[in-house]
This record gives sequence, C-alpha cells and structure tokens, in this order.
Amino acid sequence: MHERLKRFTPGFLDHHDQSSGMYKSLFNFRQLWKQSIVTTLAVVLLPLFTLTIVDYIISKNALESELLLRTARLVSNTRRTLTSYFDERKFALNFLTLDNTYDQLLDEQRLKHLLENLKSGLGEWSDLGVIDHTGIQRNYAGPYPLQGMDYSSQEWYQKLSYTDTDSYHETVSMRSNISEVFLGFRNTPHIVISVLHSNILGLDWLHYVLRASLDIDRLNNILSHTEVSGNGDAFLINQKGIIQTPSRHYGDIMKKFPLAVPPVSDRTEVVEGLDHQGRAIVTGYAYITGTPFILMVIKQKDNLMQTWVSTGGKLLIFLAGSVLAIVAVVVGICTYLVNSIYQADQKRLASLHQVEYANKMASIGRLSAGVAHEINNPLAIINEKAGLIKDLFTFRQEYAGDQRLIGLVESIIASVERCATITRQMLNFARNIQVNVQKLSLKQVVDDVLEFQTKEAGYRSIAINVDIPEEIPEFFSDRGKLQQVFINLVNNAFAAMKDGGRLDIKSRLSVDGTQIVTTVSDTGCGIPTENIKKIFEPFFTTKSGSGGTGLGLSITYGLVKEIGGSIDIESIVDKGTTFIITLPLDYHAEKGGTHARTVG
Amino acid sequence: MRVLLVDDEEELVATLAERLDMRGITTTWVTDYRAALAAVEQEEFDIALLDVRLPEMNGLDLKRLIAERRPAMKFIFLTGHGSEEDFKACSAETGREYYLIKPVQIEVLMAKLNEIAQC
Repeated sequence: MHERLKRFTPGFLDHHDQSSGMYKSLFNFRQLWKQSIVTTLAVVLLPLFTLTIVDYIISKNALESELLLRTARLVSNTRRTLTSYFDERKFALNFLTLDNTYDQLLDEQRLKHLLENLKSGLGEWSDLGVIDHTGIQRNYAGPYPLQGMDYSSQEWYQKLSYTDTDSYHETVSMRSNISEVFLGFRNTPHIVISVLHSNILGLDWLHYVLRASLDIDRLNNILSHTEVSGNGDAFLINQKGIIQTPSRHYGDIMKKFPLAVPPVSDRTEVVEGLDHQGRAIVTGYAYITGTPFILMVIKQKDNLMQTWVSTGGKLLIFLAGSVLAIVAVVVGICTYLVNSIYQADQKRLASLHQVEYANKMASIGRLSAGVAHEINNPLAIINEKAGLIKDLFTFRQEYAGDQRLIGLVESIIASVERCATITRQMLNFARNIQVNVQKLSLKQVVDDVLEFQTKEAGYRSIAINVDIPEEIPEFFSDRGKLQQVFINLVNNAFAAMKDGGRLDIKSRLSVDGTQIVTTVSDTGCGIPTENIKKIFEPFFTTKSGSGGTGLGLSITYGLVKEIGGSIDIESIVDKGTTFIITLPLDYHAEKGGTHARTVG
Repeated sequence: MRVLLVDDEEELVATLAERLDMRGITTTWVTDYRAALAAVEQEEFDIALLDVRLPEMNGLDLKRLIAERRPAMKFIFLTGHGSEEDFKACSAETGREYYLIKPVQIEVLMAKLNEIAQC
C-alpha cells in the first residue's frame, strides 16, 4: 500500500538538495509547490468567497425587507377592512337614531322590529337598547332582562354622555363607542357598540344613547381568512394586552398576550424581534382608530426564510463541490508544473555533471599527452643508449662473455619498454585516430572478443553467458574501437573475479528504440562507492603493485565516447560490477569526432 | 640501404645512427633542416627518418622540400607526441601509416625500414 502510494508521489517531494548557497531557495521544490498552491488557491478562492458572502448578505437583506414590506401591506389592508367593518356598524346604529325619533325608539315593538331588521341583514346583532341622558336603559330588545339598567357609572357611558358643561362639537354629531370584547351574561365573547344622539327638542337638547351587542364571529372570520404566510397569526388585542380574537400561537381569547403591547402609533408598523418562546418573528401592528383594538399580524421568520435556507443549502453544497474541484485542479496543476521544473532541473544537473566530467577528462587527456610527449624524448635517448650498449656487447667479442652486464642492460631496456607502454597508453587515451565506421553485428563483435578469452575462462572455470537477442539490428560503428571496449571490460571482469565466477553480457534495445544498451556484469569483488566516481579517470587503479597502469577503463571511456555512446557503472562490493554501455543505432562519424576532440 | 636521420636530439640521433650502422645500414645524421637539405644535395639516400617536431621547420614541411629534390626517397616519421593531427598528417604525407612513436625498439625500426625498402 505504502509502496503503491509512493509510486504516485512526485519525485520532488522527497528531494533534498545537498548543495547550499545563494540560490538554494530556488531549488526548494517542496516550498515552491506549497507556495504556488497557496497563492493560486488564494487568488481563485478569495474572490469566490467574497462574492458568495456579499451575495448571501444582499439576498438575505432583500428577502427580509421584502418580508417586512409584505407584512406592512397585509397589516394596512386588514386594518382598512376592520375600520370599515366597525364604521358600517356605527353608521347602521346612527342611521337608526336619525331615522327614528326618540319616542319611536322607546316603543318596545318598534325596537324589536329594528333589531329583527338588523339581524336579517347581518346576523351578528344580538340585542339593542336605548339609554337616556341619565344613564338608565329606557327600552331594550334582546334575550336578557336589561330594561331599567343603570349605566351612568360605567366608563363607556361616561365617555359618551353629554353634559351641559361640555361644548358640543359640531363635526361630531355622532359620538360613538366600541367596547372591548367581553363575555357578559351569555358567556360568549361579544362587543358593544354605542352611539350618542343629540337632538334639539324644542328649546332643549335631547341626548340619548343607542347601544347594540354584536357577536365577534364575523370579526373572527375576517381575521382568520386573512392569508398570513409563514405559519403566521392575525388577531386583535386591546390596549391592555388582552387577546380579543382567537390566536393560533399566542393564547386564547381573553387571555393575556404574552408579548409587550406595542407602542401607540397612527401608522402601520412592522418590527422584528423574538417571541416569548424565543422564535424570531416579524410583528406588524396597527392601532384601529375609534376602537380599543390593536391589530396584530405575527409571522415566524424561520418559516418564511425556509425556502431561502433550503436554496442557500443547495448553493452551499454547490460551492463546496466547486471549492473541492478547484482545489483538486490547482493541486494537480501545481504538482505537474513543479514536477516538470524539478525534472528539467534534474536533467540540467545531470548534463552539467556530464559536461563537467567531459571537460575534466579532456584536461586530463591534454595533460597526459603533454607528459607522455615530454617523457618520450628522454626515454627514447635512454632506450637508444642502452640499446647501443647492448649492441656493443652483442657485436663486439670483448664484452660478449659478460652476462651480468648484458643482464643489466636488458633490464634497463625492459624498464624503458615498460615506461613506453605507459606513455603509449597515455597517448592512446588522449589521441583520436580517425573513426572507421562500418555496418556490424554486435553479437559478432562480442563473439570475436570472447574467442580470445575462452581458454582463460575454461582454465579458471568462469562461466560466460552471452544474451544478445536476434532483434538487435546490425548497426554502424567502429569495429576496432568496439572490440577494444569489450576486450577491456572482459579483462577487467576477469581480473575482478576469483575462479568460478560468472560473466554475463546482455543486450537490449532502449525504450525509444534508438539505442542498444549492453550490460557486462561480473560476480567479482565490486567497487566501493567512493571509487566509482574515479573509476574512469586515468591512473586510477586498485591493482597496486600488479602492473596495472590505471588506464584501461579511462581508455574504454574515451573509446565509447568516440563512437558516440556512453558508459555507466553499477557496483556492489563483494557482489559484482555491471558496466552499462549505451550505443546509438544511427552513429555518424562526424558526431563521434566532436566527442573525441573533447577528450583528445 | 642509405638512411638520413633528422632529429634535434643529438644524443638520440647519433646513438641511433651508430646502432643502425652496426646492422649494416649506411646512415647520415643531422639535427636541423638546413643540414638535412645540405646532406640531400650532396648524397643520395633511400629513406629519410624524420622527427615530426623540429626547430624552425617541422618534419612534414622538411619532407616536402626533400621530396622536391629527391622524388624517389621514402620517409618514416618519428614522433614523441600522439596528437591526432600528427598522425593524420604523417599518413597523408607518406600515403601509408609510416610513423613510429618514440621510444622505438630497434627491431621494430629495422622491420619498418626493410618493409619500405622492398616497396
């Protein structure tokens, strides 16, 4: 699982740059990755969130003000309906006082008749009474024995009754009173409307009051049929805060309204607040003029905002989805880009190292060529002088018998020859002889090389396994140099292995099919990591004292470069070493030439 | 076989001449191009053994001057330097790979001389 996860982890996450210096921060890919993700997300998400929040606030405010406006309109319409309801009834009573003389109204039959007429139109009327200026009920039509009742001490009567000390207001020829809702004898909620009539009778003013009781069913109907959205409630309370018509949520009729009585106002008012149960409500109210009633319209805000909340919820899910998608895309793109930069940088580093290495090899090549040349001349002189001595010993009889002298001279010449071998190899490393390109088969080249080695391999019981598949095509290269490369590598492998080792030579085409990758592996002593870096450098040898010049692998390196290839090494101490030679299928001599010049 | 040896290292050229003499080859040795040209004017040689790097005039140019005077003469270049240019130039001058790298074993040199003489 962990391994599988690791496969999808981009390389730069585990990258730790060993180098330090001025521009180190530029190559902190992890930080670069984080920064680019954070910056991009900030640039993308900040406006998105800002717009979302602003839009949320604006639409919420718009909806709320719309809600307030609608409530205000409803309250004002209902108020108009109620006002005209009460006015109609007052005008009906007033009409009776105008259409009938006081004496007519005192006639019991007449009054009954009038009540019947009222009832026939609007059934809510339950009784009708005439009260004289002293407050005594003079006539009564209705189901209760209220004839002779004294109302003079009652508040409503005192408000209506006219005394001589008052100045009569002309514009209010009709003075009326509408009572609060009360239960009375019948124990059903009703209201009482009283109308004061003033009339000049001879020289005196005649004052009397026409009084009628009404059931509130019709009033209830008006309010209950009011369409109040949001689980709302429309009802009346009086100015003392007693509920006057049935309410759905705020208590029964004649009970105390649980909230504060709203302040007096001429106009329709709408306020927001909390109700006694802590619910957010919108309250619209209006004082109904000429009555003790306050119209209350209460809407529960939660219900009204329900649609908005559910739409908002869907939008919120959409927003979350979008944010997730944006984050995924941004992280993906940033990872891809940073990884591309990382890989480009890795390639750049690798080629930088390669160039550095090639330059180093070129300098060493020039140096060794120079050294070889300078040493060659004195070496040649020593060679000739010693040769002459030997010649003299050989050609002249007087010295010929002295074997010891001849032995000494031969030893000098042998040493010179040994030096010459070294300088020649140094020159070999440095020089570039013209490349001789021809079409060849890799298998043929390897077989030719191994032919020389089979004897030694058999003698030392080293198993040689060659695996060069048929699909490796013939290709153009320099046979001599290629042979030299394999001779050097096979010799190297033989030197590294004890008797009974195993040598593998395998070839395959590279992934893109433009190169042949050949590995030469041995089961020898291996090369420690610290030596691997120096393995291709001239004069680097581990075979101290055994006559190795330390030039074999450096020459191999130069040869592979000359024929346009590259050589690499992998080694594990005590397990073995693998040389990996990559050769181009389409090799051009000119290309090889440029390679070689950097070495020579 | 008469051989002209040209090398600025007197120690080398004189010794080499003596050794070749011992092997029955008539040699004349000089250490610069003037002496070489003078020798060619005075005597006839079959082969010239030239150092590539000579003071004032290099072995390749000297070969051209000698070849103008003695078209039948053959040449072997001796070089202590293994540069690409040297080898290419030597081969181009002689038409064959007649060059030897110092120090050269007398047997190798003798073999080369005999090979050229028979051409």
